[in-house]
Amino acid sequence: MKQVSVQAEDFDVAAELSALEQVGGGGVASFTGIVRGENDLTALELQHYPAMTAPQVERIVEEAMTRWPLLGVRVIHRVGRLSPGDRIVFVGTASRHRTAALESCAFLIDWLKSHAPFWKKEHFADRDPTWVEAKAEDEAKAYGWTK
Amino acid sequence: MATLDILYFAWVRELIGRDDDQVERPAPDSTVADLIDMLASRGGGYAEALGDKERLRAALDQHFVVLDTPIGQARELAIFPPVTGG
Repeated sequence: MKQVSVQAEDFDVAAELSALEQVGGGGVASFTGIVRGENDLTALELQHYPAMTAPQVERIVEEAMTRWPLLGVRVIHRVGRLSPGDRIVFVGTASRHRTAALESCAFLIDWLKSHAPFWKKEHFADRDPTWVEAKAEDEAKAYGWTK
Repeated sequence: MATLDILYFAWVRELIGRDDDQVERPAPDSTVADLIDMLASRGGGYAEALGDKERLRAALDQHFVVLDTPIGQARELAIFPPVTGG
C-alpha cells in the first residue's frame, strides 16, 4: 500500500492509521504536523507547485521504500490557508518491525521539509505576512539520511 | 519557435508580480543560471527577485536541479526560494 495526497481538505488520522494497521505488518509509525499558533500567527498559507508536488512526493516515498522494507506508506500534505491548531501533514508507515517503521517515518518527514515543492507564508494580526525562511538545519537533517 | 515556460513561486512570484512567463528556448547549453541572469536584466521586480541567485532554487520539467544545469530540451523551468514544507 502506497498512497500520496496533496489536498486542501483536512484528514482523519484514526482512519489513516487503521488502514495502515491492516496491511499485515507488525508495527505502524506516524507523524502528524500541526500549525503552531505562536507569535500571534493568524493563518498559515501553503503554496505549492501543482504539476510537481505529487510526483515529487511519490519519488520521496519510493526512496523510503528502497531503504526500508515497508508494507504501507501514507503521506498527506495539505495546501491552501490553514489556522493555528490545524493538521498540516501526515506521514504513516507500516512494516514488519518497528525500526523500519520508525526510521522511515522520520526520514519521510525530514525529506518532505527539504525535498518537496511547498512554501509557507505566515499571516499575523498586526503586521505584514512573511514567507518562512528555509532552515539550514532542516537541509542538514535531510542530508544526514544520505548514505 | 520552441518556447520555454517559466513558473515563479512564493516571494519570487510576488516580487516579479507574475505567475509565469514564456520565452524563446535558449541554446541547449545555456544554464538555468544564465536564464535567471537574462530575466534579472529586465530590471524592476525581476532584478529584485532574481538578483541574488544564492537565494534561489530551480526545477526543470518538474525535477529539482542545481543552477548550473543546462536547460537542454526542457519545456518548463520553475524558479523559487528554498522549499519550506512539512
